[in-house]
Parts: sequence; structure tokens; C-alpha cells
Amino acid sequence: MSLPPEPLPTRPAPVRLFPLGDAAIVLEFGTDISAETHQAIQAVRSYLTQHPVEGQRELVPAFTTLTLYYDPWRLSDNGRYQPYERLAETIRQLLPAALATAVATEEILVEIPVCYGGAFGPDLEAVAAHTGLSCEEVVARHSAPEYLVHMIGFAPGFPYLGGLDARLATPRRPQPRPLVPAGAVGIAGAQTGIYSLPTPGGWQLIGRTPLRLFNPDWAQPSRLQAGQRLRFVPISEAEFKQLQRHES
Amino acid sequence: MSLSILRPGLLSTVQDLGRFGYQQEGIIVSGAMDACALRVANLLVGNAENAAVLEITLLGPLIRFEADHLIALTGAHLSPTLNSQPVGLHRPVWVAAGTELDFGVPVAGSRAYLAVAGGVAVAPVLGSRSTYLRASFGGLHGRALRAGDVLPGAHPTPAGQRIIAALAATASSRIWMQATWTPGLALCPTPLPNPTIRAVAGPEYEQFTPASQQAFWQQPFTVTPDSDRMGYRLQGPPLQRHTSAELLSSAVTFGTVQVPAGGQPIVLMADHQTTGGYPRIAQVISVDFSALAQVRPGQLVYFQEVSLAEAQALYLAREQELRALRRGIATVFGN
Repeated sequence: MSLPPEPLPTRPAPVRLFPLGDAAIVLEFGTDISAETHQAIQAVRSYLTQHPVEGQRELVPAFTTLTLYYDPWRLSDNGRYQPYERLAETIRQLLPAALATAVATEEILVEIPVCYGGAFGPDLEAVAAHTGLSCEEVVARHSAPEYLVHMIGFAPGFPYLGGLDARLATPRRPQPRPLVPAGAVGIAGAQTGIYSLPTPGGWQLIGRTPLRLFNPDWAQPSRLQAGQRLRFVPISEAEFKQLQRHES
Repeated sequence: MSLSILRPGLLSTVQDLGRFGYQQEGIIVSGAMDACALRVANLLVGNAENAAVLEITLLGPLIRFEADHLIALTGAHLSPTLNSQPVGLHRPVWVAAGTELDFGVPVAGSRAYLAVAGGVAVAPVLGSRSTYLRASFGGLHGRALRAGDVLPGAHPTPAGQRIIAALAATASSRIWMQATWTPGLALCPTPLPNPTIRAVAGPEYEQFTPASQQAFWQQPFTVTPDSDRMGYRLQGPPLQRHTSAELLSSAVTFGTVQVPAGGQPIVLMADHQTTGGYPRIAQVISVDFSALAQVRPGQLVYFQEVSLAEAQALYLAREQELRALRRGIATVFGN
């Protein structure tokens, strides 16, 4: 599905640069989560992916920052330069062009099928009780928004999503579960997310997706990527089992 | 060309320099805890510096070589023996098929590296042979070695073959023989207990109270038993911020010293998460990752502040030393 590109911010916030140790530099685009900040990060990330700087090893986008890992040796030119200072100067110079980079005009909407409640969502009733909504309303409100994938972190393919209906905010479980299955969809405070690996976890589990979020055999091992949009689509248990067979 | 694992040891995993390019998908770097020891081990057997080796933790494995191999051991001193005879660290060693490599008392350090000429030939996953234990991929079947495993070897490089030929020319034994030369001391340090670890101030350093800043640089921290390849949990004076503002998750890396609300710091190690939301009081400098990787649970660490310029000068000096070793070996044995 194709969405119109969002307008560029007219007055981008100044970008702050600071080191994370001797082999990484952080570009901070503000201190609050916002669509403008997200778009600026995606623009600079896109630019640096297409035009990597000398010594660049990899980029890690987050809510308000883009961290660039680098090899100081490649920037030193046999001791002629102090690597961090040289890199920071390079980035300051390329930032205006990078910020003006048009981010992919065709934003991708990913649909994630979820079987809500029952054995797949053992905490759906607890969320309903906490929020004062019925289970059906919780599902309807959770599957209504188009979420924004701000970043992938915590575990392979785990998306940090923005856009949860504020009415659904529910604290974490007092006792984390020793093992949450991959695909579990949960709520923790004002966040919602999908467990990508079986791990211990304290999120309130309201459903599960049969889709794998992560597979090291895929060329792009994470199904979701920062910058994408996502919607949860309710499915039945029968559909879950059918999709699960298809996945494996 | 293979190695039979007769006893796996405490935690023996296949590692190289790590898996880069996928942190933006939440996939950790992994790789050797003591990357310098890994690079030296590889150079000593004529390998590329990032070839896969075996990382051995405290209590080593028992390994039988199923073919003739050129090997090198670096990092921790874990009392290695070949057919019960002590063998030296930091040098090329030729072993005949059937020879057994065993380990005994851990004398110094935590992590030893066993390089074999040609590299450990497990299949790379996402560009690396490093084992990602939690996600169960990379290395040998995505897990630590077990008794009965067979690690595939590969053919030595031309340089490795010439190192073998040079050893054979002075052979006094048909079972195994070791070179008498080693790299300079800077590249094969004996791990010290209770080391001083140099660090630069972290992004949230200014949020900590002056008393906590001072305590961090002046008092020792104990590495608790709850420490592993993901991170070391430290115990020491509680570190407090003068703000309680929550932070948004952002990138964290090897050597990041983060402080959860309880005030006891965690130093992130090779299997660190890609992002985290705890305040970062300091960042260990790259050249001291080796000393940190060799600390044992129960030992102390002291942190010493250095500037970023010093940290990067030390980084470049270390790279110069590694390049000098590579050139020296290439001069004698070719590439």
C-alpha cells in the first residue's frame, strides 16, 4: 500500500553529536519521541546507508538517536587525524544533505495476524479488567491503529511500536513468566510489542501471531524494519493453525 | 581435518570477530570476549585475523585431533597439555593425528582461544561463524560444544603450510612440536587478577551525583557470579543519579557500563543486547576489553578515567602492534 510522503519538517531540531566510547558516535535528534524525529533519523540513516562514511561499520537507529559504529583505524590515516574529531566534522558537513534525503515514498504497511485471547492470550481478561473495557473492545482497540516501528532491539526482530491506544495501557505482570513463546503479543505500560524469541518476560499477553518475526536464514533476518507501519489483524484459532503450518 | 570433543569443558563455543551489520535488526554482535587474543591466535597459524576459533572458559575441554593440525593457544593460562605434556601459549604448535589436548588448573585469566590453521569450518550465518547462544544459531549448531561433537577443520593457508614446514625441519618429536618464538609481550599479556580497567565518561555521566562519580573511579567493584558473555554484574558502592527521569532506549555496546535503578552497575560484554534504556555512566575503552574478558567472578575491577583522545591513541597503537606482527609473520612465511 502506498502512502503519500510526509512533509519535511520546516525547522529541523539541531542534531547533537557525542561519543559512545572510542568506536561509536551518537547522533541525537531531540529528546522526545515524535514523527519529525523519527523521519529525520530515517532520512540520515538512508543517506548514510547509501553514502557510508570512511570507517563506518554499522548503524543502529533508536527512538531519538542514530548510532554509527566505526573503525578508528580507518579514520586515523596513520596517526594524522584524531578519529572521533574527524568523523564528527564529516557528519556535521553531510547532515544538511542527509536531513533533506527523501525517505522511501512507498511506506510499507505490514499486517500481523493475531489470535487474541484463550490459550494464546492468557492475560486478555486481566487487561480488560484493568482498563474497564470488554475483551472484545480491547481486541478492537488493539487492532485498530497503524503502529509505527520506531526501532528493532532487545532481541532479534523485536519491534518497539508507537501508537498504542492510551486506554489499553496496563502495567507489567508482578511476576514475569519464566518463558514467553515467540510470537506472543503483549502490553507493558503504554507499549505494545511482539516477542520474537522464546524468553522470560513480564508483558501482559493478549494474543499470539503464527508468523515468525525472525529467521537467520532470511536475507533480511528481521521481518519488521524500523520505519515500517504495522497493523494487527484478528484471526481465529483455525486460521492461526493454518498459517502456522504454512510458516513451518 | 577435524577435532573430536571428548569432554566439552565449562563453556566452549566457536567464535570469530563477530556478526556486524545486523544490530539494527536486533541481532547481537557476539564474537570473542578477548578479540585481541583471537586475532593473535589466528595470525600465529597463518589464518585471516577473523577466522573462527574455539573460545574456552575456565575449565577447558578434552580434544582429540583426528588429523595433523597446526594450532595456537592464546588468552588465559588454563594449564594446557598435549598427551599430558605441558604446551606453551602464544606460539604455533604442530600436532599429529591422535594427539589429545587437555586443560588443567586455571592459572591466570578466564578465556583461552584455540586457533587451528584454516579456521574452524562451521557454516557462517549472516556473515559470521560466532555462536549466538540465546538465538541458537551460528557456531556448531548454535550451541556450546558437547561431548561427542566433531568440529570440522580446513586446509591451512600457504603461510600456515610454511609454518608447519619450518616446525618439521626442527622436529624432535613425531607427536607434536612447538615453535620457540612468540609475539612481543604487548600482544600476549598474562591476565592479571583485579585489574584496572580504563574507561571514558558515558553519555549519562553528568546525571550521576558527584559522590557517585567519585565512587565509580575510586572504589573497587566485585564481579559477581551472575556474570556471563552478555554482561558482568558488578557489586560496589551504589551509584545514584540526581534525576529519576526515564531514558528512551538507545544503542549500547561492548564495554558500556549501565546502571539500573538499584545502583549496581552492569558492564556489557560480547553478547550484549543491541539497545538498552539504563543510564550509561562510562564506556570501557576498546584496548581494555581483553583485560575485562579475562576477569573471573569474585575478582575486583577498578575503573580509571581516560580521555577519548587517549583511548583512541591506545586503539591505534594496538592496531599498529597487530599489523607489525602480521607483517613479521608474512615476511618470514609469506601471505
